[in-house]
Amino acid sequence: MARQKLKEIVINREWCKGCGICVHFCPTKVLELDFDEKSVAIRPEDCICCKMCELRCPDLAIEVLTYEGEDNEK
Amino acid sequence: MAVKDYLRQRFFPHMWCPGCGHGTILNSLLRAIEELGLEKNKIVMTSGIGCSSRISGYVDFHSLHTMHGRALACATGVKLSRPHLNVIVPMGDGDALAIGGNHFIHAARRNIDITAIVMNNRIYGMTGGQFSPLSGTNIKATTAPYKTIDQEFDVVQLAIAAGATFVARSTAFHAKESTDVLKKAIQHKGFSVVEILSQCPTHYGRKNKEGDAVSMLELHKTNTAKLGSKALEKNPGLTARGIFVDLEKPEYCAEYDKIIAFAMKEKVS
Ligand SMILES: Cc1ncc(C[n+]2csc(CCOP(=O)(O)OP(=O)(O)O)c2C)c(N)n1
Ligand code: SF4
Ligand code: SF4
Ligand code: SF4
Ligand SMILES: [Mg+2]
Repeated sequence: MARQKLKEIVINREWCKGCGICVHFCPTKVLELDFDEKSVAIRPEDCICCKMCELRCPDLAIEVLTYEGEDNEK
Repeated sequence: MAVKDYLRQRFFPHMWCPGCGHGTILNSLLRAIEELGLEKNKIVMTSGIGCSSRISGYVDFHSLHTMHGRALACATGVKLSRPHLNVIVPMGDGDALAIGGNHFIHAARRNIDITAIVMNNRIYGMTGGQFSPLSGTNIKATTAPYKTIDQEFDVVQLAIAAGATFVARSTAFHAKESTDVLKKAIQHKGFSVVEILSQCPTHYGRKNKEGDAVSMLELHKTNTAKLGSKALEKNPGLTARGIFVDLEKPEYCAEYDKIIAFAMKEKVS
């Protein structure tokens, strides 16, 4: 199975209401709220592309863009 | 098609409070529709009144925003006249089971091919936090400052008893599971009921000291367990999630077509 790799975490700052759901439940603590109470990806390199932030966001404000990584089954 | 293409983006950001579970239910539902590859033109969303009911304004389908408690009655009319369309009816707990309780049981009894979604935040969100038939005992509401004494309905048991042929429950925390269950519910031929536990941090959360949306979602995680799981077996006090009923029974529109065909034949002969 080819593994999903992160291209970009896109956060719509106009739609994000700073509820912190994505921040709290991210398994690798990729996200944080900034001074404007908007979610930002501060550690994108730790993202495991589970997309749970995107699926749980009540404001449809977050999108995890991925691409197919190289095959990891040798 | 991307999920955003199913939205009326001009109405965003939406009106729901920060962390309101209703937004996550919209999110899960759109993904179900996307994964099923349904055409926007083949979907009718009918809703009543409440924070939950505002959902029909945000989707780029055919939509009817009707009267409090009457979404299923209007949906029944739509489905009977255009049985080839997918009719989806998201409702609040008050909308579906207080004022709309009678419509709910009779739609289930007829087994009409409609997907009913109960967005259960256990409170009247829109009108400021009155308790609902799904609040249960020992909760604080504006109409119960000394806590409720009313027992709640079990939506799943009620729907099954009334005749619904697909009945499931999930939560806003279990977003992927919600999407899976909603896909099956939409595909089911007959009356499907999906109860999705939602959170209203603004009224229910604040009055009942359940904290913000994050801690209310933690409760969805700790207070529920999957049907057939070890966790549920060990602790039957947990709320069960999963598919409770999935059966085939005569569907109302199909039976109605047969009656029309029969009546036409009688007239001719
Ligand atoms: C016939 C009628 N009765 C009462 C109301 C007032 N009302 C509006 S929304 C609502 C309840 C909303 O609660 P619920 O259905 O649980 O939806 P939520 O806002 O919690 O999503 C009530 C009582 C109304 N609009 N129409
Ligand atoms: S879950 Fe959505 S709305 Fe909430 S903080 Fe994250 S991006 Fe913003
Ligand atoms: S995709 Fe998963 S790991 Fe990546 S930011 Fe979202 S929740 Fe965190
Ligand atoms: S009042 Fe409650 S149900 Fe209504 S939008 Fe706010 S959090 Fe959601
Ligand atoms: Mg409600």
